Amino acid sequence: MAAIYSLYIINKSGGLIFYKDYGSAGRMDTNDSLRLASLWHSMHAISQQLSPVSGCSGIELLQADTFDLHCFQSLTGTKFFVVCEPGTHHMEDLLKNIYELYTDYVLKNPFYEMEMPIRCELFDVNLAQAVQKDRVALLGR
Amino acid sequence: MKQYTNVLDRPISKGKQEVSLSGFAFLFSELVQYNQTQVDNIAELERRLEDAGYAVGTRILELLCHREKGNRRETRLLGILSFVHSTVWKVLFGKVADSLEKGTEHEDEYMISEKELLVNRFISIPKDMGAFNCGAFVAGIVRGVLDNAGFPAVVSAHFVPVDGQQRPRTTILIKFAEEVLQREARLG
Repeated sequence: MAAIYSLYIINKSGGLIFYKDYGSAGRMDTNDSLRLASLWHSMHAISQQLSPVSGCSGIELLQADTFDLHCFQSLTGTKFFVVCEPGTHHMEDLLKNIYELYTDYVLKNPFYEMEMPIRCELFDVNLAQAVQKDRVALLGR
Repeated sequence: MKQYTNVLDRPISKGKQEVSLSGFAFLFSELVQYNQTQVDNIAELERRLEDAGYAVGTRILELLCHREKGNRRETRLLGILSFVHSTVWKVLFGKVADSLEKGTEHEDEYMISEKELLVNRFISIPKDMGAFNCGAFVAGIVRGVLDNAGFPAVVSAHFVPVDGQQRPRTTILIKFAEEVLQREARLG
C-alpha cells in the first residue's frame, strides 16, 4: 500500500523539474506528467485570481474521488505537490520536509542550474529516506 | 572592555567557534560556480580550488601555531601530520578527522580519511564530471599548511567507496617530497 502516488516539483514558470512515481497507481508517462505539471501551474494561478477572499495563495488541497492532491508553494514560486490516497493526513509536513531537502541538497549544490531539472544524487537519496520514513509513520498511526 | 588603539596590540581572541553551515555551504557553492566559469576543463577547476585552499592553509598555520601551540611549530613528519589531523581539522570542521593512515604501497604517502567531508555535505557530483571531488579545496588547505611548515607535498582528494555504504568517503592523499623523507631519515 502506497500512501503517496507521485511527487512533482515545478519551477516558477510552470516547467516540471522533478517527477517521481511511488507505487503502481496513477503511473504516467513523461508527456503526461509534463502536461499535468503545467496545467496545475495555470490552475493554481487562476485560483489565486478567482478567490473571493483577498490574499489567497492558491489551491492547497484538491480532493477527488480517487486521489488527493496536496500543494505547497515556496516564497520564490517553486511548487511542490504530491498526489496521494484520498484522506491521507500529514502531507503538509511531508511537503515541508521535501522543501527542506530541496533547499539543502539542490540549492546548495554548485552543479545545479536554477530552474532546470533536478539531477542530484544526494537529493534522491534523502528524498527516498523521507518518503520511507513517512510510510513507516503512517503504518504506525 | 579595554580599548586598544592599535589593532596589533589586541590579543587574538578565540572568537566564536562556529559559523552557519548554510552560510558556508552557499559561499562554497558560489566559489565552485565562479571558478567553473573561469576554466574549460575539470583538472583546471580542481587546481583552482586547490589554490584557493592553499591560501587558507597558509593563514591557518600561522594562526594556529600562535593560538594553540604557543608560537611553536611542528618540525617532525608525524608531528605535523597529527597537527593537521587533529588541531587544524578541529578548528575548521569542529571535529578531528576520521582517520590518519600511512600508505601501504609507498613510504612517502599518508592518507587522511573523512566519512563525510563538510564541504561535500550538500554536493552531488554530476556523472559527466567523473572522479572530480570538491574536497580539492580541503586538499589545498592541507598542502598550504604542510608547505609553509617546511614539508612540501603533493596533496589530492579522492572518493573511495566503502563496503556496505552507499556514499563513498573522501580520502586526502598526501605525497611528501623526497627531501622531506631524507631529512626525516637524517633526524632519526
